Amino acid sequence: MNDATVHQEPSYLGAPYGLAAWLLTKDHKRIAILYLISITIFFAIGAGFAATIRAELVTPQGDLVTADLYNKLFTLHGVVMIFFFLIPSIPAVLGNFFIPIMIGAKDLAFPRINLLSWYIYVIGAVITLSVVISGGLDTGWTFYAPFSSISSNTDVTTAAVGVFITGFSSILTGFNFIVTVHRMRAPGMTWFRLPLFVWANYATSLIFILGTPVVAITVLLVAAERGLHLGIFDPRIGGDPVLFQHLFWFYSHPAVYIMILPGMGVISELVANVSRKQIFGYSFVAFSSIAIAIIGFLVWGHHMFVSSQSIYAGLVFSIITMLVAVPSAVKTFNWTATMYRGSITWDSPLFWVLGFMGLFLVGGLTGLFLGTMGLDVHLHDTYFVVAHFHYIMVGGGVTAFLGGLHFYWPKMTGRMYSEPLAKVSAMLVFFGFNLTFFPQFILGYMGMPRRYHAYPPEFQVLNVMSTGGAMVLGTGYFLILIYLLYSLFKGPKAPANPWGATGLEWQLQSPPITHNFHEIPVVTEEAYDYLHAPAPQLAIPASPREVTHE
Amino acid sequence: MSHQVPSIRMYVSVFLALLLFTATTVWVAGLDLGALNTPVALGIAITKGSLVILFFMGVRHNTPLTKTVAISGFLWLLILFSLGMNDYLTRGWLGIAGR
Repeated sequence: MNDATVHQEPSYLGAPYGLAAWLLTKDHKRIAILYLISITIFFAIGAGFAATIRAELVTPQGDLVTADLYNKLFTLHGVVMIFFFLIPSIPAVLGNFFIPIMIGAKDLAFPRINLLSWYIYVIGAVITLSVVISGGLDTGWTFYAPFSSISSNTDVTTAAVGVFITGFSSILTGFNFIVTVHRMRAPGMTWFRLPLFVWANYATSLIFILGTPVVAITVLLVAAERGLHLGIFDPRIGGDPVLFQHLFWFYSHPAVYIMILPGMGVISELVANVSRKQIFGYSFVAFSSIAIAIIGFLVWGHHMFVSSQSIYAGLVFSIITMLVAVPSAVKTFNWTATMYRGSITWDSPLFWVLGFMGLFLVGGLTGLFLGTMGLDVHLHDTYFVVAHFHYIMVGGGVTAFLGGLHFYWPKMTGRMYSEPLAKVSAMLVFFGFNLTFFPQFILGYMGMPRRYHAYPPEFQVLNVMSTGGAMVLGTGYFLILIYLLYSLFKGPKAPANPWGATGLEWQLQSPPITHNFHEIPVVTEEAYDYLHAPAPQLAIPASPREVTHE
Repeated sequence: MSHQVPSIRMYVSVFLALLLFTATTVWVAGLDLGALNTPVALGIAITKGSLVILFFMGVRHNTPLTKTVAISGFLWLLILFSLGMNDYLTRGWLGIAGR
């Protein structure tokens, strides 16, 4: 298979053709592509909301949009980006595509349920986004009660129902992944030979099925309180608003790990490849994913230090929060140790790896600031928090997703993209991201609160820097869209293993055939056996005059 | 899978038991049991839930892995309740409202 010029069989992208064949497919790879198209659309919508927010904040006066509209913009930005882009991004796209292949299976355990989860996701998203024409949504993505359940004049009920429905998509995907990993591993694919990407998605799936039902029921209770006036969160009729926060963050803090754990899995794959070394401390990295998934469920109260939660509960949550940093640090140290004395290749995936490690480090460490009770009282609900979670979810999550997309694009599409443009875009995203969000740490520290469309004039310089950074960041993202789309039509044809990587997925042709393997493979090697890894293969020019990938 | 195939008779028995407990729930709702109102209602609900999980969902005769999954669901509920009550039960300790 190492010869890039070997005869190609018809891939999963070929027959059967037609829209119906794609919309009714049970092939995990096609469903992954359906998710990729969907989340790209929702990312564009969410980015549009963000662009309007940043344009508004160029001046202190609040002169572009009204306060009400601003509330709706940041709410929908958060809802769309979290529920319809970040949460499904890596699991539903890269996980769907590669987990069966990585473990030597022909598909997920439940292909029909896999397709069903995409339909549920789309239906939930359309219902949620219908609020744009039915009065908007101004509760923030957090739906805090009792504002959401009694005060808001926007269409909270529809959005809550949409989010509730979307939750089932996550649950079904997680359930499918867990059963697949348990039941469908190829002979010889023991738990400790699994790629770390599989471990990370397995841990994420645990959060999907253990946490998502709680938030789904919580937002439904908000809708019930609005519609039926049940006394659940409204203190005037016997409810408790802090109960909402407990229930919401019980899921929504682990949801942060839903967004970052799969990214950590991607980075583990990329680090080993760009260093051409076995991952340092494989089992520690594997178990740290499980530890993050479990400990992540014990820390939710650190979002509630100023909510009237008892100070003793705050103490407990603060201490456990420090614990969750340990497995994250294990991963970061182990990636660094993997790179140490590695044979570093300066392909585009390396740029995303370095970007991720830098941005995740800043995001993670500032999380410790916020997990410290005394400091959080000062920083709570300021731009410091906004900067922190964007460093984790965008700097970490989106960067890892884009790194994974670049790494696996040749395998998914059978085409190579422009390496120089990929490196330029990675650097644009890194610099643009830092220029956007680092000033927000300072703004927050200086006391600028989040979620206001106007601000005191002394904050303007940092806000202009932030908006300028957002433009650079947007340019970087747009460039990626352009050259990836271009590669589909004009890119050199990808060989089976352009990066010289280990793993079953790189032994298949690019793109793979419909059922991945003619025969279930027998695994005899440890994961990341780069001592015996094949050399990278050259791309096949789409036309004789095109430059090949090197 | 090593689990036994349950009989129709078992399904019917469990169904009848669930109907009986539902009728009991309605009957108990009309009685004033004082402080026992909630525990009794919860006890009936837990019994009914257990019957569904053990028999209709087949956990009783299933693999240890399936039992582990079912138990972990309850473990997570325990986490939610215990760390949540960690707030509610300690709110009055400082004697200052909201602290």
